[in-house]
Amino acid sequence: MKKLNIADRLFFLATVFLAGYQIVSGIEGFDFWATLFLTVAFGVLLLAGLLLFLFGFEILEKKLVVVVATLAPLSLSAALIFAFLPRYKTLYAFFIGLGFLGIAVTQFKATGKIPVLFLAPVHAVAGLIIFLLPLIRSFGGQAPMSFALVGAGGALMGLGGLLLAFLKSGAPILSRETIFSVFPLLLALTTALFVLGF
Amino acid sequence: MKTFFRDVIKRKLKLYWPLIKSLQTGLLLVTGFTGYISVRCPMFHFQQIAGLLGSLFFAISGSTILNMVYDRDIDARMNRTRHRPLPAGKVKPGEALTVGLIISALGLLWAFSLSPMFGWVVFAGLFIDVVVYTIWLKRKTAWSIVWGGISGGMPILAGRVLGLGHIDSIGILLALAILLWIPTHILTFSIRYQDDYRQAGVPTFPSTYGVTGTQRIIAISSIGAAIAIGTGIYALGLSWGYLRLLSVLTVGLVGLSLISLYRPSEQVNFGLFKYASLFMLGSMMMVVLGAMP
Repeated sequence: MKKLNIADRLFFLATVFLAGYQIVSGIEGFDFWATLFLTVAFGVLLLAGLLLFLFGFEILEKKLVVVVATLAPLSLSAALIFAFLPRYKTLYAFFIGLGFLGIAVTQFKATGKIPVLFLAPVHAVAGLIIFLLPLIRSFGGQAPMSFALVGAGGALMGLGGLLLAFLKSGAPILSRETIFSVFPLLLALTTALFVLGF
Repeated sequence: MKTFFRDVIKRKLKLYWPLIKSLQTGLLLVTGFTGYISVRCPMFHFQQIAGLLGSLFFAISGSTILNMVYDRDIDARMNRTRHRPLPAGKVKPGEALTVGLIISALGLLWAFSLSPMFGWVVFAGLFIDVVVYTIWLKRKTAWSIVWGGISGGMPILAGRVLGLGHIDSIGILLALAILLWIPTHILTFSIRYQDDYRQAGVPTFPSTYGVTGTQRIIAISSIGAAIAIGTGIYALGLSWGYLRLLSVLTVGLVGLSLISLYRPSEQVNFGLFKYASLFMLGSMMMVVLGAMP
């Protein structure tokens, strides 16, 4: 397992501070539920940075971490739906609730490819919302152009999730060493883009 | 002649630096500063801030040296501490005792000169730490850490007293947060080095109540510390954003405590120890940033 170097630690710390800043600042105009989902999303990013800083890459192998990490895209997409597409909020709340439950159960109880088969579609829907919704609103003139950065952050988050998913499935598209080398920067960059976008 | 003195001072500083436990002293100074800033004092009171930090530094360092002198026999029996300057024979106990007493006295004099009430709180911290915790209770009962915790809560109370002029409920609440946080900090450490402590004959929670019982106490005290600091942040009137951030950090602290309870491992235990330090540092930063004008 790759050991953390100073640059890795600095990137994880940057993630912690950026996510902490966003949690404290909140988003103007977001109601209680959107703010709650946003806090959960950035909270997961913050704790991910902090725990990786303290424990190293080993924690990425734990099933519990995979389940908790899922909360970041699910909550962030829910925050966006609750803030910008409120008529779908009940439907989406059900979707992420059931999706999260399914991921948690299959990670701990199911074997073989079933956990990944469950994880992938739920992640894909959440990822598409985080990627597309900010882009559509920005280019459609309903939000400032900087909001598109949230979409860019979503793309990076998807990339990070994909790399880790391949790593866990035993068929990495890049070597383990390379994935762990780029992961700290990817996490910090993703968080930075979200903060700049919001 | 000048070079000779410079070399002697350099050598002595190198020997005495481990005696003041710089990280622990630094963290306590941060809490003292936080207590002061929590009153929303204007930042340009630089003389008072210098006095606060200077007097606390001397008082805390002095008491730590006195503890080291008294506990040198314990330190000599523990693998982790036997290389410290006193048990290793690099510093003479009489000399360290004199230095500890002088530094403590300097810290107290400086504290009383700033404000008598501030001086009394600093004195209480020093007295409880050296006399009640180290000399009276540490070798008798595992519960001595409660007094260590009370003493550890004095710098933040002292800082608030210096800024405010009197003891108030928020100051007591912040000190309570430190008191409740200290078991997480100390008990994870005593689990890690339980063989060392057993060898030295020092009663600890793991040796008295077992590791599982100790982990339960860690989980409960983590929740207590988070509630106390959260109530303190709310009472100080900080924005909801800080409470949200504290909730996130608390989830991490309680989560790690529970993992340590149900899936115990050396790695999780020591990770919890480090997380608890960052949790307290983060909480203090929140109070400082939130209270700034």
